[in-house]
Amino acid sequence: MSTIEERVKKIVAEQLGVKEGEIQNSSSFVEDLGADSLDTVELVMALEEEFETEIPDEEAEKITTVQEAMDYVTANQ
Amino acid sequence: MTQQSLAGKIALVTGASRGIGRAVALELGRLGATVIGTATSEAGAASISEGLEAAKVAGQGKVLNVTDAASVTDLLKAITEEYGAPLILVNNAGITKDNLMMRMKDEEWDAVIDTNLKSVYRTSKACLRGMTKARWGRIINISSVVATMGNLGQANYAASKAGVEGFTRSLAREVGSRNITVNSVAPGFIATDMTEVLPEAQKELLVKQIPLARLGQPEEIAAVVGFLATEPAAYITGETLHVNGGMNMR
Repeated sequence: MSTIEERVKKIVAEQLGVKEGEIQNSSSFVEDLGADSLDTVELVMALEEEFETEIPDEEAEKITTVQEAMDYVTANQ
Repeated sequence: MTQQSLAGKIALVTGASRGIGRAVALELGRLGATVIGTATSEAGAASISEGLEAAKVAGQGKVLNVTDAASVTDLLKAITEEYGAPLILVNNAGITKDNLMMRMKDEEWDAVIDTNLKSVYRTSKACLRGMTKARWGRIINISSVVATMGNLGQANYAASKAGVEGFTRSLAREVGSRNITVNSVAPGFIATDMTEVLPEAQKELLVKQIPLARLGQPEEIAAVVGFLATEPAAYITGETLHVNGGMNMR
């Protein structure tokens, strides 16, 4: 069973086309990993699918880094 | 163009029981797509299924109310489970409720805007997730020559169709990076049930304004929609193709 960190990083890597090794917990999707606005929407949708949860828009807006994604998933398991 | 260039693709065509929508469904089928055609009634859906079967096209007719968000969501879920995500969407369903502006009722305005314009928002939004995931998609909206020319008694219809063309350009910019193209086809006067109701005198007057001197056939619109769905049209997006016998040259 993969950890939340591994699962989040795998999704980020797939969605943004970056290597998992390049992804830090502090990485910002837009500033560090080159995501555009549509990428961030798709990323949130992919997280919703992976963790079988619905992330409301106002929460989704606050998820801008890998750590924030992990924190959200952990808090809403 | 290969005969089966859309093989393996699922196409969703709204308003496919007659007229342009029916011709589009058959054309996409001829190109190899599996076609889901929608109608507002069970009888309409059955007639679509029969038409597809007779033409040996895979797919079926389904009931859809394009003004009902839940109906759209349910249909997309059903299609995705049974066939896979539709990557070709043809927004064709449309109505007219003509009236001179000074007599137009709110209900006539609202019904036309909801069925012709908001429906495009609903179905496109519902299909986009599958398309972005696939990194391939085609959204083709059926507009009208009336969007650019205007027509008396059709302020509601013209507004809805001009809205569709603006929607087309905006969405094309949003999703271009995902290899999804969004285009409109603007038919002129085509021989369908929608134009059949026009008075004979008005039809004669119309034909006089058309350089090709006749109404168009649904198949002549379907051919253009089919082209936009195929690979050779991959570099066309945000565009409105005008197919009107020359009555509105631009």
